[in-house]
Amino acid sequence: MTAVEAAVMDADDMRRALHRIAHEIVERHHGATDLVLVGIHTRGVPLARDIADAIASFEESRVPVGELDIGLYRDDLGLRSSTRLSRTLIPVDIDDRPVVLVDDVLYTGRTIRAALDALSDLGRASTVELAVLVDRGHRQIPIRPDFVGKNLPTSIDQRVRVRTTGVDDQAGVWVETDG
Amino acid sequence: MNALLTMEGMDRHDLEDLLDLGDEFASVLDRDIPKVPTLRGATVATLFFEPSTRTRLSFERAARALSADVLSFNPGTSSVTKGESLKDTALTLRAMGADLMVVRHGTGGAPHRVAGWVDVPVVNAGDGSHQHPTQAILDCLTLRRHFGKLDGLRIGIVGDIRHSRVARSGLQAFSTMGASVTLIAPPTLLPRHLDDWPVEVVGNFDDVLDQLDVVYLLRVQQERGASAGFTSLPEYVRRFGLDDRRFSRLHAEAVVMHPGPMNRGVEISPDVADSHRTLILEQVRNGVAARMAVLFRLLTGEEGTR
Repeated sequence: MTAVEAAVMDADDMRRALHRIAHEIVERHHGATDLVLVGIHTRGVPLARDIADAIASFEESRVPVGELDIGLYRDDLGLRSSTRLSRTLIPVDIDDRPVVLVDDVLYTGRTIRAALDALSDLGRASTVELAVLVDRGHRQIPIRPDFVGKNLPTSIDQRVRVRTTGVDDQAGVWVETDG
Repeated sequence: MNALLTMEGMDRHDLEDLLDLGDEFASVLDRDIPKVPTLRGATVATLFFEPSTRTRLSFERAARALSADVLSFNPGTSSVTKGESLKDTALTLRAMGADLMVVRHGTGGAPHRVAGWVDVPVVNAGDGSHQHPTQAILDCLTLRRHFGKLDGLRIGIVGDIRHSRVARSGLQAFSTMGASVTLIAPPTLLPRHLDDWPVEVVGNFDDVLDQLDVVYLLRVQQERGASAGFTSLPEYVRRFGLDDRRFSRLHAEAVVMHPGPMNRGVEISPDVADSHRTLILEQVRNGVAARMAVLFRLLTGEEGTR
């Protein structure tokens, strides 16, 4: 069985989508004051940085970017073959500040559930919103995104690959189908 | 990893994996809410057949910080006094639902025996004069957090090497991490067979003082017959104690470590013990993080039972 990969977003598409998300976030918050972006490891982190860069390009302020590893909050630890932890580091106190979680793909919603638990152990944000580059559907729990780069209907046996600069060689989004 | 019984044979990759986890758990312990839900539903049993307060508390704190439940077995108040065997005790705790067992025993090899009887991971929390792997891991973690790395550090382990499981586990871990280890002890307190140990041996503490980056003091273990290795306690203090004079001869970045509990005025002078250049309380703090790393790896890794 060979997997067939189809490109759905290239690096430019990704940049435009992240710029739009950056504008939507700032518009909804009437500015970028107090805002904190928190990327979920692995690829949510560079995406959060890209959104922060975009915001800095049209607003006066630089939004702080944190990184969150949800490995300690998963509900499927025993089911996974091995677990590596990445760094959790949020450079500011999130108490009473609006937080936007950033991830690459929203799928079952379980990662976000874990991220919300992890975040609430770190402080009490005034609001928490969710920005994702791709929403591929198939939610298993009641989680919805606030900012979406692209809605991408998929079947369960497909896989969505997001590659970002900083982690991968070439940025973009691909859908992988077993052929 | 499906048990942690000895530092022998643990390669640098696996040790660094535990240190990386330890770093992450140290930051969890620094939070306002120093607890994560990771091992919710798991039960960690501590079986300490030898008196120990700090090691047991450290393991139990680590288990609870990961949201595991703790079954604490105390032989002083249990059926051991009625003659129940180590095997039956282990099987009983397994039947009560222990998912991992932490074993300390006065006899070398006892945790290995337990690992053969139960189908869950076993952690050696110190067996006789043999091994104390989590102490070695927490010491590596403490040194890595202080110096950034262990490569190139010269670590002098001072005192009763012969009876010390801390020294045995420590020197293996330190050399695996790229440090060079010097044993500083009289011949009577050295093990009989040192041939294949990756160490240098020095009989005179003062000869190497100014070359050490780390002075690792061992406790004088009178309960294991250490006092038979030297003529008198004052004699030991004079030759191997880290007194104020020796402390002042260390180079400016050198640090002092001790696995605890300390005998103030014996292996370490009271002023040195309270100096900001001792990492002794750092070791205690990192001990919880290192044990969280071990519990996490054993209960969620490839061979985990959950």
